[in-house]
Amino acid sequence: MTATRVKKLALHLALLAGVLVSLFPFYWTAVMATNTTRDMYRTPPKLVFGPELFSNIARVFENIDFMGSLLNTVIVACSTTVLVLFFDSLAAFTFAKYKFPGHRALFGVLLLTFMLPAQLSLIPQFVIMVNIGWVGTVKALIIPAAANAFGIFWMRQYIQGAVPDDLIAAARLDGAGFFRQYWNVALPIIRPGLAFLGIFTFIGAWNDYAWPLIVMTDPSNVTLQVALSQLNTSHNTDFSMVMAGALLAIAPLVVVFAVFARGFVADAMKGALRG
Amino acid sequence: MTDTRTTPPREAPPGARPAAGRRRGALRTYWPHYLAISPFYVLFLVFGLVPVLFSLYLAFQRWDGIGDMQFVGLRNFEFLVKDSTFWLSLYNTFVIWIMSTVPMLFLALVLAVLLNSKVRFTSVYRIAYFIPNVTSLVAIAIVFGAVFSTNQGLINAILGSLHIGAVPWLSNEWTIKLVIASLITWQWTGYNAILYLAGLQAIPTEMYEAAKIDGAGPVQTFFRITVPQLRPIILFTVVVSTINGMQTFTEPQVLFGGNASINPNSGGPGQAGLTAILYFYREAFSNNDYGYGAAIAWAVFVVILLFTAINWRLVQRRDKGAA
Repeated sequence: MTATRVKKLALHLALLAGVLVSLFPFYWTAVMATNTTRDMYRTPPKLVFGPELFSNIARVFENIDFMGSLLNTVIVACSTTVLVLFFDSLAAFTFAKYKFPGHRALFGVLLLTFMLPAQLSLIPQFVIMVNIGWVGTVKALIIPAAANAFGIFWMRQYIQGAVPDDLIAAARLDGAGFFRQYWNVALPIIRPGLAFLGIFTFIGAWNDYAWPLIVMTDPSNVTLQVALSQLNTSHNTDFSMVMAGALLAIAPLVVVFAVFARGFVADAMKGALRG
Repeated sequence: MTDTRTTPPREAPPGARPAAGRRRGALRTYWPHYLAISPFYVLFLVFGLVPVLFSLYLAFQRWDGIGDMQFVGLRNFEFLVKDSTFWLSLYNTFVIWIMSTVPMLFLALVLAVLLNSKVRFTSVYRIAYFIPNVTSLVAIAIVFGAVFSTNQGLINAILGSLHIGAVPWLSNEWTIKLVIASLITWQWTGYNAILYLAGLQAIPTEMYEAAKIDGAGPVQTFFRITVPQLRPIILFTVVVSTINGMQTFTEPQVLFGGNASINPNSGGPGQAGLTAILYFYREAFSNNDYGYGAAIAWAVFVVILLFTAINWRLVQRRDKGAA
């Protein structure tokens, strides 16, 4: 009895050590963002929160167009998510529930596209954006990301299990056309899958860096991640201010994820297993 | 994969019409379905396939993006083979990959085994482990830069209180790679642990009970049952981390962007953090050498393919030996 209790305790201690390593950088970001740069040069350094958060944030707002870049990021992340959810789930529904000439070959092509790494197409994509005049606009970030192979593949697996064939057959007997079968029958059932795909699409779009860095060529009109990188490059002596910027970039997503994630991480596992 | 699909409801009976009219008939019958799947294919054609073919064409040209293209044959690739900076960037990428992937997958496996032993609060643990993976990489790279900073960094402050001299983490050839690798390990260990946990939960408990009856200890059980049973998922994580690791870009780009005296795209002192994709970015978008950039991109793609194939072989063979 005591032996198993000691074992359990050791287990929790080991797992808690992992949690500590996982979460410590967030704590330390907050410590640095709430103190002055001078506090960090002290030996020993300050290990607890200080009162300087708002003055540090104020300097972030002075040095970069924080609200402008935040607005860009919100627009990009929201539009990308809505478009991906619609296009991916519609295509996934079609592949999961209908046979039409060429459906096998088309799905095979979709799987093959997984193999092409992003950097192969970066230069030509940029050239295309220059030629259609999208360089420096959020369109260049949203449109190419509006549908993706991974989402379609994952949603197809999900829909095959979640949406009963009988339900679609019944809807068709009631005279519902293809799009109504998707919109009125499938969509309400697949909401949990949409939530899962949606949150990861949103997070991916929010954190994207390489492509925005290349295509948002006007330094005064960028996304949050690029603005943060600029802040770090140009004001790296004002440590606590840069950390306040990092905190502002991290905090919203971590809160969103921690609040909504309980079910999602479990869903991710089921998805991985089914795939 | 396609074998597991359930029989779908048919929209129309299979065409008994003559072949010529059949295609037009199919289009007339199935146009909503083709329309429904078309966005992905249109986007892929415009922003995926055409760019890839164009970049293959570019690899044989000299072009700065503005003037005329000039066909140079294999000269970009001849230059690439002799370009010591390119080889250095490949070497850096490879070393950082080893330094991050080995501890990352090992720790992930340990965490997954611990999580699988029916403790309470597993969902809380799972979320805590997964959070690094959804965190802004730019922000967290800046934070790691601060933690490892020579003068203000927490690590050196701790070493100082133990009367150990300050380590110049971000200017030594090896510690630069170590910092980048630790950042990657921090961000991806939880993700891999969650995947392994899913695999562990699929192993039938009878196998463990049988092993216990046969008198197998925990270490033996781990290497004789757990690892072989997890083989497909281990293979998956090795492939994914190979592909991701060979494309490391943001970490060194952000970490060495803060030092104004150095070109942010050079990869830091001694170019020790210059990864292959960072070098590609520098040649293509800082130096506007699109032809050479395309050649680097294709070379890295070939390296990724080869390296993934080698790892695939290694993981499969090792497990065959163990099983």
